[in-house]
Amino acid sequence: MENLLQQLVNGIAWGSIYALVALGYTMVYGVLRLINFAHGEVYMVGAMTGFYAAHALGVADRPSALGLAATLLAAMATCAALGATIERVAYRPLRRAPRLAPLITAIGVSLLLQNAGQLVLGADPKFFPPLVASREAWRVGSLAVSNIQLTVMATAVVLMAGLELVVMRTRVGRAMRAVAQDADAAALMGVPVDRIIQLTFVLGSALAGAAGIQVGLSNPKIDPLMGLMPGLKAFVAAVLGGIGSIPGAMVGGLLLGVVETLVAGYLSSTYRDAIAFVILIAILLYRPTGLFGSAQAEKV
Amino acid sequence: MVRTARRAGGIAVAAVALLACGSGHSGGTAKDAIRVGHFASLTGDTATFGRSADRGIRMAVEELNAAGGVLGRPIEVITEDDRSVTEEARSAAQKLIQRDQVVALLGEVASSRSLAAAPEAQRAGVPMISPASTNPRVTEVGDHVFRTCFIDPFQGAVMARFAHDDLRAKRVAVLFDFKQDYSVGLAEFFRKTFEQLGGEIVADERYTSGDIEFRAQLTTIRSAAPDAIFVPGYYTEVGLIAKQARELGITVPLLGGDGWDSEKTLEIGGPAVEGDYFSTHYAADSDDPRVQDFVKRYQAKNGGVPDAMAALGYDAARILADSLARAGKTDGPALRDAIASTKDFAGVTGRITIDPQRNAVKDAVVLKIDGGRFRYHRTVSAQ
Amino acid sequence: MRPGTALALGGLGLAFVLLEWVLPRALNPYYLTILTRIGVAIVAAVSLQLVNGFTGQFSIGHAGFMAVGAYASAALSVYLGSEWLAALASALPIWLARALYFPIPLLVGGALAAVAGLLVGIPTLRLRGDYLAIATLGFGEIIRVVILNVDAVGGARGFALNATSGVDLRFEDLGAIYAVVALSVGVIARLAYSSAGLAFRAVREDETAAESIGVATTRVKVLAFVVSSFFAGVAGALFAHSEGYIHTNSFSFVRSFEIMVFVVLGGLGSITGAVIAATVLTAAPEGLRGLGELRMILYSLLLIAVMILRPQGLMGSRELSLAPLRARLRGRRAAA
Repeated sequence: MENLLQQLVNGIAWGSIYALVALGYTMVYGVLRLINFAHGEVYMVGAMTGFYAAHALGVADRPSALGLAATLLAAMATCAALGATIERVAYRPLRRAPRLAPLITAIGVSLLLQNAGQLVLGADPKFFPPLVASREAWRVGSLAVSNIQLTVMATAVVLMAGLELVVMRTRVGRAMRAVAQDADAAALMGVPVDRIIQLTFVLGSALAGAAGIQVGLSNPKIDPLMGLMPGLKAFVAAVLGGIGSIPGAMVGGLLLGVVETLVAGYLSSTYRDAIAFVILIAILLYRPTGLFGSAQAEKV
Repeated sequence: MVRTARRAGGIAVAAVALLACGSGHSGGTAKDAIRVGHFASLTGDTATFGRSADRGIRMAVEELNAAGGVLGRPIEVITEDDRSVTEEARSAAQKLIQRDQVVALLGEVASSRSLAAAPEAQRAGVPMISPASTNPRVTEVGDHVFRTCFIDPFQGAVMARFAHDDLRAKRVAVLFDFKQDYSVGLAEFFRKTFEQLGGEIVADERYTSGDIEFRAQLTTIRSAAPDAIFVPGYYTEVGLIAKQARELGITVPLLGGDGWDSEKTLEIGGPAVEGDYFSTHYAADSDDPRVQDFVKRYQAKNGGVPDAMAALGYDAARILADSLARAGKTDGPALRDAIASTKDFAGVTGRITIDPQRNAVKDAVVLKIDGGRFRYHRTVSAQ
Repeated sequence: MRPGTALALGGLGLAFVLLEWVLPRALNPYYLTILTRIGVAIVAAVSLQLVNGFTGQFSIGHAGFMAVGAYASAALSVYLGSEWLAALASALPIWLARALYFPIPLLVGGALAAVAGLLVGIPTLRLRGDYLAIATLGFGEIIRVVILNVDAVGGARGFALNATSGVDLRFEDLGAIYAVVALSVGVIARLAYSSAGLAFRAVREDETAAESIGVATTRVKVLAFVVSSFFAGVAGALFAHSEGYIHTNSFSFVRSFEIMVFVVLGGLGSITGAVIAATVLTAAPEGLRGLGELRMILYSLLLIAVMILRPQGLMGSRELSLAPLRARLRGRRAAA
């Protein structure tokens, strides 16, 4: 029983990271109907930025709340800028192009970032600085929860709540939801569609950057190829929750993290990566709109 | 107008791409240099190992050339990148043999890539020395294929005996990288030997290289209450595994193989790897002046302490040069025989003798991680 | 026989002679390997073109189907085939025995890959949207994990085509390999430009419209996908038997991406384009060796640039054909 609880805790902490990345996918898909393949690499850039920022700011050796906050901000800001740039350079020119074109471009951007990362940052794995001193925060019997796991979960919750606030309670958020529903109608109502799309990318990428920092804290080995798999799995999480739905992405991420951990712990960790895609096939077979999604009528 | 501009742009891009395809051939070389080929993974997922091996080889060759070369001629190393892709190792080897006319091949670190390339070397009659492939089948390909490192059966048994005899462990858990031949092989022989000695494998978990989250498997291992955990993986994962194990409250020692041998294990593992043991080829803190010298020179040249791949590459290159000198000429059969008769070669990774199966016979050392450093613990002689 | 057909057959015959007997003696093994790899790349690219280019469905897990074909055919050859081949070789001249045997692993590899295509395609192709992309990518990863777990085909150690009975299981006859390539391209071209092909293209252009005029869109998509997977399996089988040793590393996402680049750069919807791109981009990296790390960066940049500046790729959806040449000749003759 304790084993199960421990696995659940592990799964939720791990899933929080998926949730943060999944949000970016779901938001972009909502407004553009585009799978932003490069999103996983934005997450990687977040982790890398955190690494360099921590060293540059001199907080790499001494864990501190201020150091963590500063690094987090630096990563989120950098990723926000990166996301906006990718949108402007690679996706916007193809807004009116056939469906396949931006998809192919997205893959191109993803691979470019991976390989440029290997070239510029070096292929060797780097050790993410311990911005939070690792300690056991809580122990009940053999159930151990580290303070880092708590930090990760807490940060994720705060950021997701913040996003939900922005999307649901602000004018900007309303504009985003309008564009997601019908971009042309929104434009007719005076919504600056290009600006809103850019904002969507900015927010999603900032969250991915935060996820990069979280993973740096809890699994402190980072390298330029670290974004590929988590990126794909986060997309599956978004589909699981219902693509286009923000609460869906959050729930999907947590659920995927838990399932993955349980499979790795009780079945075989061989299938850890595979399980995400099995879930994808299953969801597409039985409930394509996901847990929280609603069926979208195809307009002719 | 716009369309023309776009078309022009497209053509320009294509032209640049094709031009860039140009000649990748290595530049002018000394006419009488002895050409040696090194095929390695300089890019791709195992880039970090390939580059280390290359650095070790190049340093050895530089030193040899500074001392006058071999047979009165300088050695030229031509390195081909196989991008961590199996079939690329074969074509890299082919290119080195056919286009560059190398007299011998050095490579590869990964057994799968050595297995892909070895048949080509054998077919062409060009001797090949692998510095770090541990799968026994590599040298079985033919009599022109050698290696200068341990094979899995030996190293797996070393740690099994260490766990059983020294640590008096009765119950051991295994956590191995099932995507890497090295790890699979080492785990297999560890299990075999440990069970033969009367021990019990209480948990057998796996991970994939590139993974960063091991808590699920470690939680399962924790509930099996082992006396020690054997983690025959590469340093890229070991540090994290140790960290997460300690965070889950696992206090028993972790054991490993020469894949641990790198600064990164200490860097990433930090205090979590204290008290762990692993087997490898040499101890950087060994009294042997040769080793000390090598470490110092490597540090000066490349910055950072050499890892196992670099040391093995260094020795492989030097054994090749030594064999060339003993053969007196560069043709295949003579060189092959010279390599096969290598005896008691004083390498930085130990005294190396090549046995009739073309594998290296040398001692292993067990190191302990103590006070944030690798410390020599004991030697296990080759039997 | 029409003069055009006689010419074509003559040309093919000449090519076969060249590949089977002349080149292997004239070129060193390194170049022969490149030629073989080009052949494999052509089959892979043209089969992907059927799905991506003609049917407009985005599949990016092609290497996964190649893996199925490669491993299935290799396992067949090693565990059953070596006996069959030995038996044939004892009764027939060696060239005939090999000619009779080798189609078997190719067909088996293709068939199993087609089954895999069916399993992946049915759930994902029912839907509109780009789920196929992620599903095929995922499938590529899953199949690699599954293969790594099967000890009988080596797992992490890779799988060598070593026969138990001493026969040579390697299939390096360039002429025969290119015969398979030509056949594959021919079949796919025929399919793409048949009435079934019209259905593919209808689905590509506007799925809703196609559905409304009675095209069974899901069935059409699945058909394209299954045929494409079959030939991917054939490409994989060719690869396995020409290399002699396979490892799951060769069938990663990067390989899928490379094949996708061939198709996109050649022009989505042009078979000739795919053939040209596959040839040039497989041969070029051998010259690109000096650039090493920049190669993948260049590919990515090229892909992005092409999509933005010239999305139709090299050939667009046109094919290389002799018709305009013939027309011009006829025109000249008429005018003369």
